[in-house]
Amino acid sequence: MTDLFRGELVRLTAEEPQTLAAAFSRWNRDSEYTRLLDFDPIHMWSEKKMKERLEKDLDTDPPKEYFFQVRELAEDKLIGFVGLFPIWAHGNAWVGIGLGERDYWGKGCGTDAMRLALQFAFMELNLHRVTLDVFEYNPRAIRSYEKAGFREEGRRRQFILRNGRRWDEIEMGILRGEWLKLNGK
Amino acid sequence: MLDIQTQLFEAQDVRFGPIDHETHPEIESKWTHDAEFMRLFDLKPARPLSPAMVKKQYEAIEKEVDEDKNLFYFTIRARADDRLIGKAMLEWINWTNGNGWIWLGIGEAESRRKGYGSQALTMLLRYAFAELSLFRVSAALAEYNQPVLHLFRKFGFVEETRRREALHRDDRRWDLMCYGLLRSEWEEQVKAGGAR
Repeated sequence: MTDLFRGELVRLTAEEPQTLAAAFSRWNRDSEYTRLLDFDPIHMWSEKKMKERLEKDLDTDPPKEYFFQVRELAEDKLIGFVGLFPIWAHGNAWVGIGLGERDYWGKGCGTDAMRLALQFAFMELNLHRVTLDVFEYNPRAIRSYEKAGFREEGRRRQFILRNGRRWDEIEMGILRGEWLKLNGK
Repeated sequence: MLDIQTQLFEAQDVRFGPIDHETHPEIESKWTHDAEFMRLFDLKPARPLSPAMVKKQYEAIEKEVDEDKNLFYFTIRARADDRLIGKAMLEWINWTNGNGWIWLGIGEAESRRKGYGSQALTMLLRYAFAELSLFRVSAALAEYNQPVLHLFRKFGFVEETRRREALHRDDRRWDLMCYGLLRSEWEEQVKAGGAR
């Protein structure tokens, strides 16, 4: 059987709230990261508050969201997260990904983590498609998603206001059939 | 000069009003037994709701309006007798970026195809742009909801994204269409004497 949680560069893990809270709290101090991640302004939660929020999630099992942490294989270093939010009745899921450790940007780690997320979506959750949103000002992410097999499905025009300028929000999707073909299945 | 006399919640045949927790649950419960309406109005699995369940939903809606400040909810009433015929809302409003999502539906079967939806949409857009000062609004609509897609295009909405096969109903896959309208496009419509 396929190793669902191990890619070429990264693996998917579950971390203790304390470990994750420390990482999130640190990553959120990097505004370039937070502005690539979300169009809502990010709050600088304390480690304590972040930990409380993460501990609350422990009460929901199975979870509404399949949320993984990403560790780089060579150093076994926690570098980011990836989460799938399924809409079961329609076989669709939203995926979100973030690499808080900047030293690991542009090295294929994000693409590898996304490939694992897609494999999980199609081979374990048996979904029909996966959807994501990405901002026009994030071409590095767009290229990574294309490498993982996503294609653009349209643009919400001028959806985001940042630095006094309007930017499109780009929607991308991949169908099960496309993923199977891409992976020689 | 601000035209403060214009009644934002009054149209020719319909008006917007608040929820009536006494009389509306029974009416809306009937709508939820109309599978066709439910599948056109909502993307979530359709299910019949008892009046008590509808009442709970109303309470949840008013709680969300009160606490989250990013939802505006209106009941659509017939002007002739103030009876409930539908609902309209602006939700997931993102104040930082000036955008929001709209939903509306005429639940009363005999009130459909009379232009009431069009009048409600006119009021809802005026509210979004002239009162909430949003920059743009979005609407998510099923590919099979052709009459409403047509109505939105008439109001100047543009097809922006097409989520391929994102809906699974009656053992068929359908696309989910997301339409968008910018404030500037709405203003042109109004100037041209269209969607006031």
